[in-house]
Amino acid sequence: MRAKAHWVWRETLAVHRRAPETRLASSLSSIEIFVALYYGCVLRFNPSNPADEERDRCIISKGHGSICMYPILADLGYFPMEELQHVCEAGSFLGGIPDPVIPGYETINGSLGHGLGVAAGMALGLKRKSNDRRVNDRSVFVVAGDGELHEGANWEAIMFAAQHKLDNLHLIVDDNGISMLGYTEDIVSHGALTSRLGAFGWDCMEIDGHDVLAVQAALQQQKATSAGKPKALIARTLKGHGVPGLENAPLSHITNPKPELIDSLLDKSR
Amino acid sequence: MSLKPLAMRDAFLERIWRAMAVDNKIFFTCADFGSPVLDKIRTDFPNRFVNVGIAEQNLINVSAGLALEGYTVFAYAIAPFITLRCYEQVRVSLAMLSEVRPMNVNLIGVGAGYSYVVSGPTHQCYEDITLMRALPNFQVLSPADHVAASACFDTCVNTSGPKYLRFDAQVLPVVYASTLLDTSKGFHVHKSGETICLVATGYMLHTALMTADELASEGLRVGVIDLFDLTRFRAAEFEGVLKPYAGIVSLEEGFRGRGGLDSMLFEFISRRGLSSKILNIGVEGVYRFELGTRTELHELVGIGPQAVLNSVRTFAKSLSNQEPDSLSTRRNHEVPPNAQQHPA
Repeated sequence: MRAKAHWVWRETLAVHRRAPETRLASSLSSIEIFVALYYGCVLRFNPSNPADEERDRCIISKGHGSICMYPILADLGYFPMEELQHVCEAGSFLGGIPDPVIPGYETINGSLGHGLGVAAGMALGLKRKSNDRRVNDRSVFVVAGDGELHEGANWEAIMFAAQHKLDNLHLIVDDNGISMLGYTEDIVSHGALTSRLGAFGWDCMEIDGHDVLAVQAALQQQKATSAGKPKALIARTLKGHGVPGLENAPLSHITNPKPELIDSLLDKSR
Repeated sequence: MSLKPLAMRDAFLERIWRAMAVDNKIFFTCADFGSPVLDKIRTDFPNRFVNVGIAEQNLINVSAGLALEGYTVFAYAIAPFITLRCYEQVRVSLAMLSEVRPMNVNLIGVGAGYSYVVSGPTHQCYEDITLMRALPNFQVLSPADHVAASACFDTCVNTSGPKYLRFDAQVLPVVYASTLLDTSKGFHVHKSGETICLVATGYMLHTALMTADELASEGLRVGVIDLFDLTRFRAAEFEGVLKPYAGIVSLEEGFRGRGGLDSMLFEFISRRGLSSKILNIGVEGVYRFELGTRTELHELVGIGPQAVLNSVRTFAKSLSNQEPDSLSTRRNHEVPPNAQQHPA
């Protein structure tokens, strides 16, 4: 798992080296989250049939900050590895902000704050469909950034999910603490997000979001419980993780490291 | 044949209630907004009814999620709130997402135009035609009575994609009591006339019919068309009906000159190369806070029966002053649809 996370980190840097239009810093904070979901026996998925009815749904609400999903999806066989050479090029389906034309992406993600509400609708729909089958075995995972939690629509969905006891709904917050213009703490603070979500009726856990085994263990534990509450995992992360000058820099969202820096990081980390 | 008038929403919700009994893939969502028939839905189908509370953004996103799971969704709220309050959700999660995913979400907006008469401009809605027809993939339906509203239900369940139903909040007189409405055509010709045709949608069809009756008593026979499908009407047939008329009048209970029915007709007539003159009757672009009956409010903003009558009379005069010769060639309303506009 750790080796896979490292490989994804390298590949994400390489994609950004070729396509500097992609958002690097927020795609580095979420790597271990996606690796735990896709390689940690958490998410059920089917690359040969992305719309498989039996899959768990993964809604990637922080669209820009999920470029690390490109190598993961290619590695899993959703599309050929060769596509990674053409990110943001004319004719490619891998854009600067991922769209649902990419196999493996479920919804529109570019505009922030929509994923959780759509996911809540899917979770409710799955529960109702499961009533018909007398099983409740499909979950919806949402990966959102802490910055996008400023969008009020999220809080409508947070209240809704608790009201309807959507314990098949998982919110994973990539809590890197930085939105475009600085630290969210200084812009509009989320305070203690874990206790806030708890007060809204969610089951919450908080972990080091770069400890991939900890993320995996937390997600597996949350998935195994059905206490009638939606679940949130607050993953404390660093924007620009592992890149000197970028890591946790207040303007990292809109900062592109120099190509030479990326080359030397790729050299050194072999 | 007389038919007791109903509220559009009650007639439509009755259809939904009946369908939900035999189709477990229909889901009903609302943003804390009711009706007597809604009580039957939430009592009889509690597992496929959800009230998201006063939270229209979430109403749209939850409805989108349910649609992605295969449900045919009917989402129900007051017209300005289900369109403007959550426009970005409507754009991203319905209009945009339905480009790549099969989804059937039907937004029922109650309170078109001034139909919430005493509630003022927050609850009235004069912008929705413009906004909703601006979104690709959306079908915009604007019925004029409860029979037409009820007929829209078949379109909703049989056609995939997002739709917006623009319902009046008041009980309107029945105009389709004995008429078999062909919803697939998207418009209905109520009267054929000479020279001038009134093209109306929603409540304004009633004003158009009154206007036509009054003008007929003065010796001027004008055509009246109900354009209830503002996005997917049969264009060639519509062109054929409009072509013989020298003057076309648009009537809408929405802002004039801001992208509504008037703009749609301008674009249509221009694209089809028709030479008809156009008169647009719609709400002046100001928000008014006066109280009055709906008719009084309509007169204030230029769409009341008297204002319409005067405008059409003036329009008729201007047409006869401009083109006396060509007008006389169009006296016969039975000109075939494909006839030349200007015979040699």
